[in-house]
Amino acid sequence: MAALEIHNVIKEFGSERVLKDVSISIDSGDFLILVGPSGCGKSTLMNAIAGLEPVTSGNIYIDGEDVTWRTPAERDIAMVFQSYALYPSMTVRQNISFGLEMRKVPKAEREQAVERVADLLQITHLLERKPAQLSGGQRQRVAMGRALAREPKVYLFDEPLSNLDAKLRVDMRTEIKKLHQRLGTTIVYVTHDQVEAMTLADCIAVMRDGRILQLGSPDEVYNNPVDMFVAGFMGSPSMNFIDATLEEQNGGYQLRITTQGEDDLLLPWPESRYAEELAGRVGKPVILGLRPEHFSEEDERLTSQAEGTLLNTSVAVVEPTGADILLRLPLGEHEITARVGPKCNVKAGDRLALRVDMDRAILFDAKTEQRIA
Amino acid sequence: MANVIRRQTPAARLGRGLLYGVLILAALFYILPLVVMLMTSVKPLSEISAGTLLSLPQNPTLAPWTKAWGEACTGMRCEGVGGYFWNSFAIVIPAVLISTTIGALNGYALTKWRFKGSELVFALMLFGCFIPFQVVLLPMAQTLGWLGISSSRAGLILVHVVFGIAFTTLFFRNFYVGIPNELVSAAKLDGAGFFRIFWRILLPVSAPIIVVSVIWQFTQIWNDFLFGVAFSAHNTQPVTVALNNLVNTSTGVREYNVDMAAAMIAALPTLVVYVLAGKYFVRGLTAGSVKG
Repeated sequence: MAALEIHNVIKEFGSERVLKDVSISIDSGDFLILVGPSGCGKSTLMNAIAGLEPVTSGNIYIDGEDVTWRTPAERDIAMVFQSYALYPSMTVRQNISFGLEMRKVPKAEREQAVERVADLLQITHLLERKPAQLSGGQRQRVAMGRALAREPKVYLFDEPLSNLDAKLRVDMRTEIKKLHQRLGTTIVYVTHDQVEAMTLADCIAVMRDGRILQLGSPDEVYNNPVDMFVAGFMGSPSMNFIDATLEEQNGGYQLRITTQGEDDLLLPWPESRYAEELAGRVGKPVILGLRPEHFSEEDERLTSQAEGTLLNTSVAVVEPTGADILLRLPLGEHEITARVGPKCNVKAGDRLALRVDMDRAILFDAKTEQRIA
Repeated sequence: MANVIRRQTPAARLGRGLLYGVLILAALFYILPLVVMLMTSVKPLSEISAGTLLSLPQNPTLAPWTKAWGEACTGMRCEGVGGYFWNSFAIVIPAVLISTTIGALNGYALTKWRFKGSELVFALMLFGCFIPFQVVLLPMAQTLGWLGISSSRAGLILVHVVFGIAFTTLFFRNFYVGIPNELVSAAKLDGAGFFRIFWRILLPVSAPIIVVSVIWQFTQIWNDFLFGVAFSAHNTQPVTVALNNLVNTSTGVREYNVDMAAAMIAALPTLVVYVLAGKYFVRGLTAGSVKG
């Protein structure tokens, strides 16, 4: 049974339509991540689910019940806010038990819930402190504890990690994932950080301008993006987009990339990926999408890439990250990014032979930016 | 001050000295009226007519104070200002509490439960801060008559509450604007309602602005003369009106010492309130503008 269903939700602020016909359905225990650039409507959608903002039209169901016009309190949800929103005048203990108190849970049970949650999040030693006496990471834990104490049907997380420093963010990310695996709760999580989305989600909804562009598993969204926006948004460094022309060659297809001052670059399109779509586009401009990891050094003898196309180009910038090296290479009219192993001995200005894994390449329509193949 | 780095040349020190000299003189000049009042209020009448305004009291006496409190004539009666002093409290305390409470609720509703037109409502309430008192004297007298509470304490309290709400709403609204809305959202999700959120979440952090509102309202209402003289009967007059009557009663010799003692009595509560809570006043006024 679907834990949360959103049917054709539209939200307007005045004449501006912020959510344009959004529909989502997730099962109990799923971890759904709403991701997108700021202003895409993800926080508005979150507030609509929470009942903090009424929707203009459409319906929201939690556990099969229509909650569209119920108050936040009646929906049986808990939320972790970006600013944590801990009640400043209350101790951690009071913060955690406030929701239970409002729901008239007996004191003994409240105490039990506080102990359980404090134990789970390792904040037992902080219970008597006020929020002002806590560090950012501790406040974050307390905010999660407040949500966990009530055991609601759905948890909402609104960019809960964005106020933490980089290291703590990674730690807490892992902890949220562990918590989800352990408790099997249904979570809707808003973030603009695509790494968080990839690492945490069972299901990612990529949003833009009030629409859901793609709803799918992290693997689907990453490897089979529906359009250039999704492809570019997910992944860091982001996908390279290269202007090319589709040509027919000996009954097959190839991509021609014009380069200044040099011979045009020809990349054959793998036979296994021929599609009817391609026939109608011969001679037309397309955009080739290649992720940085779709390139590899020529001497890396990996069987899967033995068939790859060879690309000989000069290196503009070398950016070692420690774990690997990012290379900036001029290709066509653009500069692209390639990711190679940390042992690659290359300097700026060198010429380098790289294999391109065309099996994983993606083609987009140059005009609509939609995926072709 | 040890925590300031400045030039230590003789000329610079001289300049500093001059600066402080001027400041001290200005401070003395500022406090002079109070000192004169206090000195005059403890001098016997003979000393006042013989000496100058600034001469120190030779035989200090509290007789003028007791007279001002219990015997001096205010108009036809000679009962001192003591009774009116308590009158003032009976008006000021309820008026301050009611106007502060309503202002707090208004500020809370205008910031955390916005509705269509809430900004307009606030703008109109703000307008109330700029209405001169004189303008409303007649309509207010009419209204109090209709309500059947003219010349009563309740009537005077109502007038002060109505006028005070504009200011208290402004104070609380500006304070609550700085408190994150997410706090209210979190409490809503936790299942708390309008009054519960106010009582449990907002009010406990409102101490600074409550102090501001109380001090402001207390001084305003205590010092009010116009409404007091216009809307009170003899037995409900506040102390400011009684003081005026006492000073203007022209029978026999003018007793400056009693006048001064009565004025001191009338001014004392506001002084005490400011001395006790003054630092919270400044802190509270700036609290809204600084992010916590």
